[in-house]
Amino acid sequence: MGSKLSIALLALAAFTTTAAQAQDKTSDVIARGEYLARAGDCTACHTASEGRLFAGGRPMPTPFGTIYTSNITPDPETGIGKWSADDFYRTMHNGRFPNGGLIYPAMPFASYTKVTRADSDAIFAYLRSIQPVNQKNKPHELRFPYDNRQLILGWRTLYFSEGEFKPDPTKSAEWNRGAYLVEGLGHCGMCHSPINALGGTSQSDAFKGGLIPMQNWYAPSLTSNREAGLGDWSIKDITDLLQTGVSARGVVYGPMAEVVHNSLQYLDDADTKAMAVYLKGIAEGSSPPAASTVLPTTESSLLISLGKTVYDKNCASCHGPQGEGKPPHWPPLANNQSIEMQSAVNPIRMVLNGGYPPGTKGNPMPYGMPPFAGLLSDNEVAAVVSYIRTAWGNRGSPVSAREANELRSAPLN
Amino acid sequence: MLARAAASAALIVTLAAFDGAVAQTTNQPPDTMAARVEACTPCHGNKGEGTSDVYFPRLAGKPAGYLYNQLLAFRSGRRKYPPMNYLLEFLPDPYLEAMADYFASEHPPLPQPAPSGVSKDVLAQGELLATSGDAGRNIPACVSCHGPGLTGMQPGIPGLLGLRAAYVSAQLGAWRYGTRTAKSPDCMQLVAGHLTEADVTAVAAWLATRPAPADPAPVPKGTYALPFGCGSQPN
Repeated sequence: MGSKLSIALLALAAFTTTAAQAQDKTSDVIARGEYLARAGDCTACHTASEGRLFAGGRPMPTPFGTIYTSNITPDPETGIGKWSADDFYRTMHNGRFPNGGLIYPAMPFASYTKVTRADSDAIFAYLRSIQPVNQKNKPHELRFPYDNRQLILGWRTLYFSEGEFKPDPTKSAEWNRGAYLVEGLGHCGMCHSPINALGGTSQSDAFKGGLIPMQNWYAPSLTSNREAGLGDWSIKDITDLLQTGVSARGVVYGPMAEVVHNSLQYLDDADTKAMAVYLKGIAEGSSPPAASTVLPTTESSLLISLGKTVYDKNCASCHGPQGEGKPPHWPPLANNQSIEMQSAVNPIRMVLNGGYPPGTKGNPMPYGMPPFAGLLSDNEVAAVVSYIRTAWGNRGSPVSAREANELRSAPLN
Repeated sequence: MLARAAASAALIVTLAAFDGAVAQTTNQPPDTMAARVEACTPCHGNKGEGTSDVYFPRLAGKPAGYLYNQLLAFRSGRRKYPPMNYLLEFLPDPYLEAMADYFASEHPPLPQPAPSGVSKDVLAQGELLATSGDAGRNIPACVSCHGPGLTGMQPGIPGLLGLRAAYVSAQLGAWRYGTRTAKSPDCMQLVAGHLTEADVTAVAAWLATRPAPADPAPVPKGTYALPFGCGSQPN
């Protein structure tokens, strides 16, 4: 009897330990899944303003109409409660619903296809663990002919190549980890690559920069050092920018503030550094100088002299008489790629609308840039932007009052 | 209040840690709220006193809870004004609280009331509604919630002085049409729903003629009882 009892007790103890280990393992996987869901910035699209976490319903304006994001909570009726890990992987990897239906490429499956099965399973385990929300998905409001999902087949033929990330054996493990995060979950190419009229990006243009449709912010090239290429940035400046939103070289605003706020600030130091190493690595040597201005010389020199007057009165108190700024909080404008790059959309928008970098763990009370839309005329905006793009050795080109005027009506959020 | 103090303390500690870790050693912007809220000043004035644009309101001296609620509403998009929605979108709660506290604690003088462009009769109608309401139409007096001196009550009810008629009228219009909303029960929407356009014009015009009181500070919480429940003002 005694021995039977002790065997039973032993067995119970063994069982309890295994169960506890399994529990630990499950909670580890869920925690890892949560981390990876942050790296994928799922919340940016799948959580609506004032809405429940991952219950979807956020309108995403596209050139083809409005897409409403889906409920990815584990609710069995309206969410993904009935999905298996296989279903989830197929969605991430191949852009198809469990029933085989085609997913609109607003969901970045062309990037997520690089995510490993283990990481996909961890994200799925995490999504299974959150509070289910019973909220029906809203039907998309896409214009003819884009409301026909069969068109996605054509898009896929042109722009989608399925396949998990393949490490480059000639590069370090750190570089490869960075590449995996940037090209896969980070889906950086969704904005930082030019998007053509069909809403696609060709492989050869990856990370070459482009205007983000509907938002009218320019997502600079990650490969050209004349834009956001990070070839001549220190690793610390890159990791500061990604983790805190501010750095000695520049500050994030607009759509990139969203990415730092919801995603990048949560990545650990090793992953942030891996991304920095990779991003620095893909920067190519300087590209040819920016195209010269369309403005006649006399007109642009008048503009620039007005620009200096506007600058000295309104801008120099923070950005410094020589554009040196007080980094990281008041960014330098001299030798700042985002001021000099060929597209002047971002500097014009910043002058018009101002902006705050995101509040992050590393920078919880960021300093803000005032909006000048109400204080400066189109001509003054063009003048001051022309001035900062050409002063102090900056090699940008002047901009016209018309360009400034057009961006007054750009959407703000 | 305690929670807010704790949150502010936590923020200060976090900020101090950050300053040590990331900030460059020299030549930094002033470590003050005034420097951090410079983005607000072209529209709201250096100390939140307002500017010449009649649609941009004075912020200074309003109750901190009211200002915080507005910042939250602009951040989430509940209160719609794209330039504000854009500026606040990625700022955390404790920072918005610190901004609200900052403007609540500023006390630049109230402006001289501007001469009104409306007739005496209209002003008289505005005064009547503001001070006595219209029980027959279910309209409470402004003073019954915003205080006998119209200076508001801590923490959530704003004062109505120092605002231009155009701003008050635009806001009452937004409440009437449901484009401005607040936490339920949404008392201002209920009240504004009973106002006609003529009422709005009259009340907005009369409020803008009020001189500054000796003490423009909002009265402490609980100084008087509200005539009905209001989601923005905790009991």
